Amino acid sequence: MPDLTPLWLTLRIASFATAIAFVFAVAFAWLTARFAFWGRDFLDAILTLPLVMPPTVLGYYLIVVWGRNGWLGSWLNAHFGISLMFTWQGAVLAATVVSFPLLFKSARAAFEGVSIEYEQAARILGDNEIAVFFRITLPLAARGLLAGTMLAFARAMGDFGATLMVAGNIEGKTQTAAMAVFDAVQAGDYALANTLVAIMSVVCVTILVMTNKLANRGRAGR
Amino acid sequence: MRLEVDIRKTLQSGDRRFELEAAFSSQDDLTVIFGASGSGKSLTIQAIAGLVTPEQGRIVVGGKILFDSHLGINLPARKRGVGYLFQDYALFPHLTVRENIAYPLKKAWHLNLSSDGREEVDEIMASFEISHLAESYPAELSGGQRQRVALARAMIKKPSILLLDEPFSALDSMLRHRMRMELLEIRQRFAVPLVVITHDPADVEVFADTLVIFANGRVEEVCGRKKLAASEDEDGWRTKVCWRAQWKKENPTAQNFAMASGI
Repeated sequence: MPDLTPLWLTLRIASFATAIAFVFAVAFAWLTARFAFWGRDFLDAILTLPLVMPPTVLGYYLIVVWGRNGWLGSWLNAHFGISLMFTWQGAVLAATVVSFPLLFKSARAAFEGVSIEYEQAARILGDNEIAVFFRITLPLAARGLLAGTMLAFARAMGDFGATLMVAGNIEGKTQTAAMAVFDAVQAGDYALANTLVAIMSVVCVTILVMTNKLANRGRAGR
Repeated sequence: MRLEVDIRKTLQSGDRRFELEAAFSSQDDLTVIFGASGSGKSLTIQAIAGLVTPEQGRIVVGGKILFDSHLGINLPARKRGVGYLFQDYALFPHLTVRENIAYPLKKAWHLNLSSDGREEVDEIMASFEISHLAESYPAELSGGQRQRVALARAMIKKPSILLLDEPFSALDSMLRHRMRMELLEIRQRFAVPLVVITHDPADVEVFADTLVIFANGRVEEVCGRKKLAASEDEDGWRTKVCWRAQWKKENPTAQNFAMASGI
């Protein structure tokens, strides 16, 4: 039985990363979908950037910001004595950034698809803004948000470059499935490589099929 | 019931600029705002409901000041106590008919309605004859059913006034007539004043005690009950007023031509 530690680590990292990305993506998506403000297009471009930049470049940016001598990293180190570099939390950070744009884009489209008339109706019927968001906007955007979340999870699972830059490739600590496959092939351990590749493929295909199902039902449904 | 509106609002999108300058008041319980699309009548009732904020002016409904730029009063929509019927009803698609109607009664963080609330919902569904639809979703309803559900939802909190945005335009003509009669009946039953905006002269016939005619963002004419009553001998008087207003708006050149040639 091959060592499946990298797989569990991958799932853990991807879960945390998706959860964090979800919160930020929903907040920014709602902001950009509902308000026209100066610099909105620019903000959207910045938030989408991780989708098109090479993961190593992203990783480099993350080191600049969060590294021991980085802007935020040095502050963290001085006040809490912690560093994200070469830890699984660092891998979560990297996975969060690479998966964020997928969630943000889906969430923005989902929010824009909710007619503001429903929100207006809810206001007239007595809701304040928070209630409007949780009773109307969020449930009506739920399908799109869920599809975006699954895509983001798949992307977070598969990250290689950014994670390698930030968290390294430490066996049992930060070595994710994607890196384990790389190492296994380098070492000629094809049994391990095949197992990991098969599992990753099945998980990703399942996620994509479910995402498509959601999207289709969204189009036909109520 | 006194409705008093005196507002200014400018909308700008790109090169297009629209100026609304609407001032009218109505003492009657049936007010019709009539005008072609783009005349500013929708914007006006949106301002009454609190969905858009005028730059300046004053809106008073039954003695309650909803908006007053001089006094710095601008009640949020949720505190205005008005009912609003959207043109395509805006029934929440993810909720059943029962949940839609119960929506204003339910506190946001409570899972269930109080038993009083449940009773109220059952009662109003019975009175609108939609009890059998309670568990249906809006997408499964016909146009007339949707309108009844939307009216029930708007009326359950007993609003001080009910605003209706082109209430019959989404219905076919057979149904239109029936829903007009139903709406009059609802007005009687709930004793709620109505403000109907429309571009259909038939609505004016049925609903106007006070008729407010809009054109190009301005109030062109206000006819109160007295004036309308005085001309009762003249058959279809209100309709004629409407046609005339519409014709003037659509044919400004024809009007000039008519004047120039002394017709």
